[in-house]
This record gives sequence, structure tokens and C-alpha cells, in this order.
Amino acid sequence: MIRALLPRAGADWAAAGVLAGGFLLALLSLLPETFMLHVPAFAVGLAGKYLAYAILALAVDLVWGFAGILTLGHAAFFALGGYAMGMYLMREIGSRGVYGNPNLPDFMVFLSWDHLPWYWFGFSHLPFALLMALIVPGALAGCFGWLAFRSRVSGVYLSIITQALTYALMLAFFRNDMGFGGNNGLTDFKDIAGADLHHAGTRAVLLALTAIVLAASLLASKAILRSRYGELLIAVRDAESRTRFIGYRPEHIKLLIWVFSALIAGLGGALYVIQVGIINPGEFAPGNSIEAVIWVAVGGRGTLWGPVLGALLVNLGKTLFTGLLPELWLYALGLLFILTTLFLPRGLAGLWHAAKPATVAEVTPEMSAVDSEAAP
Amino acid sequence: MTVGWVSKAPPITPKAASAKARAFWLLFPKRYISSLCLAACFLICVPTLCRADDTALANLHSSDYDTVAAAVTDLAAHGNPRARAIITALRDGALCAPDSGPGLYISVPNGYVDAATGAAVSGIDPDSVSPIQENNRVRVAVAGALALLDLSSPNAATRRAAADAMLDHPDSALLPALDQALAREPDRQTHGAIALARAASLLSAGAAAQSQQSQLEAVATLRAEGTQQARAILLSIPNPPPAVKDAAKSAIASIDFKLRLWSVGQGVFYGASLGSVLLIAALGLAITFGVMGVINMAHGELMMIGAYVTWLVQGATTTAFPGQAGLGLALSVPAAFLVCGALGVAIERGLIRFLYGRPLETLLATWGLSLVLQQAVRSLFGPTNVAVITPAFMSGAVKLGGIEITLNRLVIIVFAALVMVGLTAVLRLTPLGLQMRAVTQNRRMAALMGIRTTQVDALTFGLGSGVAGLAGVAISQIDNVSPNLGQGYIIDSFMVVVFGGVGNLWGTLAGALSLGIANKILEPLAGAVLAKIVVLVLIILFIQRRPRGLFPLRGRAVES
Repeated sequence: MIRALLPRAGADWAAAGVLAGGFLLALLSLLPETFMLHVPAFAVGLAGKYLAYAILALAVDLVWGFAGILTLGHAAFFALGGYAMGMYLMREIGSRGVYGNPNLPDFMVFLSWDHLPWYWFGFSHLPFALLMALIVPGALAGCFGWLAFRSRVSGVYLSIITQALTYALMLAFFRNDMGFGGNNGLTDFKDIAGADLHHAGTRAVLLALTAIVLAASLLASKAILRSRYGELLIAVRDAESRTRFIGYRPEHIKLLIWVFSALIAGLGGALYVIQVGIINPGEFAPGNSIEAVIWVAVGGRGTLWGPVLGALLVNLGKTLFTGLLPELWLYALGLLFILTTLFLPRGLAGLWHAAKPATVAEVTPEMSAVDSEAAP
Repeated sequence: MTVGWVSKAPPITPKAASAKARAFWLLFPKRYISSLCLAACFLICVPTLCRADDTALANLHSSDYDTVAAAVTDLAAHGNPRARAIITALRDGALCAPDSGPGLYISVPNGYVDAATGAAVSGIDPDSVSPIQENNRVRVAVAGALALLDLSSPNAATRRAAADAMLDHPDSALLPALDQALAREPDRQTHGAIALARAASLLSAGAAAQSQQSQLEAVATLRAEGTQQARAILLSIPNPPPAVKDAAKSAIASIDFKLRLWSVGQGVFYGASLGSVLLIAALGLAITFGVMGVINMAHGELMMIGAYVTWLVQGATTTAFPGQAGLGLALSVPAAFLVCGALGVAIERGLIRFLYGRPLETLLATWGLSLVLQQAVRSLFGPTNVAVITPAFMSGAVKLGGIEITLNRLVIIVFAALVMVGLTAVLRLTPLGLQMRAVTQNRRMAALMGIRTTQVDALTFGLGSGVAGLAGVAISQIDNVSPNLGQGYIIDSFMVVVFGGVGNLWGTLAGALSLGIANKILEPLAGAVLAKIVVLVLIILFIQRRPRGLFPLRGRAVES
């Protein structure tokens, strides 16, 4: 019966759709501007941003939809990955900064530091930075998850301490003496691996790359979830005590998906920073993490394609709203939270399943058991 | 009587004395008059005083600033009845000397008066006199001299302020006058202040001639005082003899210890103050979260609305009864409770009751609600801060030993304690409280016993929201009232509830106070932001050890 809850072909279709869409946009943006189908540069940047957000949404869904852990701090992993990439991009600026110092980023010159802090070493190399964009969020998630799951912190308690985690990180990164640019964060990037970041070609490649990473994450997640481990994960989600009594270790099962999710989020953050061109402590704000949760809720948790769709739709809506009716956006977002939880508890994916009642009948009881299990 | 006398200086000597002075005026040549006034005042040692006073007046002329400063001090120390008029004139730049020849005049609106006598002088060409100049040394001496004159004021507060001012400008020349003031001072506190000023003067530059014994006594006085200022004076004794030096050193060590104790005490007060704010912010949450298991992310926004209610009520009352800011604040307490309570009931009936059994989704829905409420307040009242008035009885501070207690913080501590007591009483003594506790412990059993759990839920949520409104009233007194007010408190109040243990008001109290005090004790060591981070990390680690907080609820219902 558990197999009915595992992701099916939806993930493949989503991966294919993301790849096709990403590549199409990237190619169209390379057309000469006179062509009717030419995609302007800002749209490419936006699409890249949305796809990076979709990666974050996927990461949130992996733990919320498939492990029943509502995380309110996943933006922390996203932002840590972003900072790792941002540090590399800062080092790439070299002596082209405002102060023209070849050894130090501008903000360190401004703070009159005379040498690079030790934790900045190695970040002049892209592979190292990419590795760090994975290792740092992964290690943090590992420590945090190991402690939390081992002592069986669950439900809203876990949600609240994940929020405290990202809040603490935000406060820390706001400090100038942390060495990450303080309030202003890292910005003013010039190029990546020698390619100009403002060049249309670079941007197109980055968009395509983000689409590939998202598609690969979708397929990898699907592979993991359809394995025997995936079945165990669903078992832990729906009946943790029962799984424990049978002889499994739920804390290990949860920890694995938690760390994997953090890795994906970190990668998403790294891709996000390259295309948005700035990372600052505001990315750690608890509100951002909660917004990521609503993408998943809108799209439909417990499916792999739902969060991708949700992230794209909600962010598209945000862009349109904040452009046209900025003061109404918070109303819209707030109502989206309320209406989704009240009327669309399974999200858009739930609507899809409702149209195909054959599969949903067996899904619903277990899914509603998720939260009552997690209740304090 | 001349204009100068009346306008420049209220007489400080008794009336009879000045009458005697007038009598002497008729008998003696004019140049002795000032000294004769003095003789009339004190009836002691006339020749000495004459000389000293004359010299002082003459020295005010001097082109050497140090001489002028010494003259100012002399003038005040010897009780010349004109001293205040002359020194005030010097301070105000109205004391003039002729460009050549002796004499001192005070410029008044319609001419000049003689500085020594206060008699009007006619026929002085404004171009032939020029004001006496001051430098910083002279200004310090003027301040000290005026303070010395204030020491004989009939008002104890004035004398006390004067003694404090002299502590800032210790001068050994003032010693005899200080001794006199000390001898006649009736008020105990003022006596202490003067003794302190005297000790400081004993140890100041130019007091080298003082006996070692008196200097040691002065050190002991300062040591007993134990303030930062006393420490500074002890640190800068010029050329102390070895015995005095050692005494000062041990006094400084003792003062340092005392100051550290006081600063810990101050930290505890700040901590209690922060703790009381956290407590009052978290109490409502403890009710909704603890009793109903509902995570209300809009709790902060309810606090914000409570603060706006305060602002509105205050605006209405100050329009009706101008100047009654305290009345507005008092009225806003029930108003905020009722408004937020009603809003809470509406939220429970309209939103939360559909989500029971799904706490994570309640969290999301109430987060959405918080965004809507924030934006609604922003649309109605604008995105900027509104000004809530702090009533007079809540502004200012009192000193308790070395601890400075700000009154608005003190009032909030008391208010939080009252709310805590009130809530405990509601939960323990009222039927509603009984039903709430029953529902908390076992919802199904309570329902079977005939308790309308849905009604209890709505009222419980209303109560928790009303308490959030009360928190808003308190916070409006210490923080900016803006649509973002709630966001700054929500995470902290969740931390308090989780740390203290859900469903237990005493746990909330313990959580709030320990977090508040831990924060404020860490702050001087690590800085405000780092202290907060450390506390957050400690809580995260603590939750791992005790997942259900300091005082967890026990029982079968909890385990499920």
C-alpha cells in the first residue's frame, strides 16, 4: 500500500518540463533582439531565480511532504549555499573593486582589515566553493538533525527550533565582524569562471544549468523515494512509533532525508546567488523560509512535481503583483496561506488527484494521519 | 536700595544685618563699605576679612586668569553678601572694569552699579569700561563658587545640588566654607553629599598641605560612597603620601568590587525587565499553544493591534481631557483586551476551528493571517511609527543604591506580574478555567462530561488573544508602535513557551525570566546581538535535552 504514496511519473514529467522550458527560454534569449520571440535579459534572470526557488521548494517538500517534518528554516541552508557561492564571486572580482585591492573584498578594505580571514581561503576556486555550498549546509543539517531527531523533537517544536536556527544565523550574518559583509552582504559580482555575468550568453547558460540541476534533483529524489528507503520514510512519516517498534531507527531515516534536502537547498542557493547577483542576511529571515513552505503547500506536498509548480506560480504571481499592485501583495500572500490550508490541503496536486479518484482514495487517510502524529 | 541690588541678587543675609550695613554706610568712608557689610554679617575678625575681601575684588581685575579664578573662590568662601551678584555678573559677562584705574561695575539695563556696594553709579562712559574676560579655569571657579553660595540656601534640594556640583569641581580653597556648611547642615542626605564634596576637595590639587590624617579620612569617606565618581577622584590624587596612596588603592579595589556587584544587580533588573516583556508577550501564547495546541503565528500581530488600540484610545482621551495621558493608558488596558479578545474569538471561529488536529497547517494559516493583519494596519494607519505618549508617572528613573530603575520598565514588571496573577486566578478559580484545564488534560473526556469543548476553545483563544492585546499596551510604552511591531516578538515568545514547557504558566514565567536575565548578563560580555545568538543556540541545545521544556506537562493525553 505504501507504494501508492510514492512519487510516480509526475516527477519525470516535471523534470522534462523544467528542462524543456529552461532550454527554450535560454535559446530564445540568444536570438537577436529584433526577432519577435526574443526573450529579454531580465526575463532570463527571473526564470533562473524561479528555478532556484523551485529547487528550494523541492528541498522543503522532501522533508515536509515525505518525512512529515515541517521546516521553517530551510532558507538557512539555501542562504548558506548562496554565501559560499557569493564568496567565490567576491574573490573573482579581484582588483576590480571600488578600492582596487587585489587581496581583499571591498567591504573588508572598508572595515580596514589587513588580511583575509582564514575561512575565506580556498574560495578563489570555483570547485571548492561549490563543494562548500554543499558541505556547509549539509554539515549544519547533519549536526542539527542528529541532535533533534535523536532526542525525538518533533512536530511544532521542531518547526519552532528550525525557525530559531535561521533567526540566529540571520542575526549572526548581520554582524560586520563575521566577515561576510554584514548588512550589505556580498554583491557587485563581475564574472564567474572567467565569463562575464552580465553577458546574455552567460546568463542563458546559467539558466540552462539551473534547469538541469532542478531536473537532476527531481530524478534523484524520485530514485531515492522509490527505493526501499523511500518506503521506510513514508512509514516513519505516517506511523513513527510503529516503525520504531518494528525495529527500525526513525531518527536515522529522517536524518538522511534531512541532510539530502539541505544539500539540494544549498545547491539551489548557490545557483540563486549567481543569477540574482546579491546575497545578504535578509535571505535568512524566518519569513523567507515560511514563504518557501507556502510554495510547497500551494503546489501540493507529498508529490515531487507539486512544489516545483507551486514555486513557479507563486513567484510569478509575486512578480506580477508587486509590479502592478504592490500594496496588495501581502493581502494576496496572506490569503493564499489561509485559503490553501483551508480549502486545498493537498494543494494543486490534490486537485489533480481529485480528478483521478482511483488513486486518491488510498492516499488520503494516511496523509491526514501525518499531522495528528506530529501533534504535541 | 538700588536697582542693581534688587534685580541682580536676592539678599542672602538676614534683613537685620543689611540694615546694620546701611547704618555703617553713613558713618564710614565709602571704600570700606563692603568690608563693613561683612563685619556686620559675621561680627568676627574684621580686619582680616577686610583685607581678604578687598584683595579678592581687586584681583578680579587681574589680567592673569588664575588670579581671577582664585579671587572668585575667595569671594564666595568669605561670605561677602555681594558675592552672588558679582559672580553671577562675571558669569553673564556683565562685570566690567574701567580700562584704567580701580573700581568694578556691573552693567544693568539702564546704566551701571558699583559691584562692591550695589549703588547706582552715574556718568560712566560705556567706551571706557570693558567686561572681565573668562577662560575655562575661571568658569570652573565660577561654577564652584556659585555652588558654594547655594550651600547656604534654605532649600535642601538646592544645597544638595550645590554639593553635587562641588564634587565635580573639587577645590581646596573651598574647604573652610565646606566645613561651615557641614556643621550647620540639618538634612542627613545633604550632609553626606557635602561630606563627599569636602573629601574630594581635601584630596584635590593644592591640598597637599592637609594633614595625612584628614586625607585618610577623606579616602575612607569616598570609599564608603563607592561611586564611579569617587573612584575617579581617588585615582587622581596629586602626589599622595605613601599611606594615603595605599589607602586609595585599597579603596579603589573595594569600589571596583562594589561597582561590579551593582552592575550585576543592574543586569538583573534589566533582565527582569526584558523577562517581564517576554513574559507578557508569551503568556497569551502559552494559553493558546498550551491549552489548545494551536500555534498562533498571528500572536505578534494581535500585540501590535493592542498597541494601536492604546494609541487610538489615548488619542481620544487626550482630545477629550487634554494632558491626561495616564487616563488614556489606563482605559486602553480593558479596551485592548476586549478588542483583541473579540478578534481572537473571531479568528478561532472563522479559521482555526477548521484546522484542529492539523497543527502544522494552523501554523501556516495563522502566518497568512498575520500578513493580512499587518498589511491591514499599514493600509489604515500608514507604515510609519505612531507616537504613543508615556504618561508623566512612567517617565524618569529612580536610583536604588547603584541601580538605576527606569519607571516605565518598573511599571511593566508590575503589570506583567499582575497579568500573570490574574491569568492564574482565571485558570484556577473560575468555571471557565476549570473547563479549560479539563479540555487541556483530556479533550474527549471533558466533552463526555458535558463541557462544550468548542465553546471553551473559542473563549480560550479569545483569552489568549486578549492577553496579547495587554502585551501590546505594555510594549507601546517601550517600543516603536508600527505595523512591524509583532514580528520582533514572535520568535522570542515562542522560545519562552517552548523553553518553559507548554501548558504551564509557571514554566512560562521561569522561561521568560531566565531568558531575559541570561540575555542581559551575557550582553556586556558578548554584545547585544551575540548574546541573543548565544541564547538562541542554548535554547536549541536545551530542547534536545528536554524536548518538552523546563516544566513539561505529564499525562497520557500529552504522550499521544
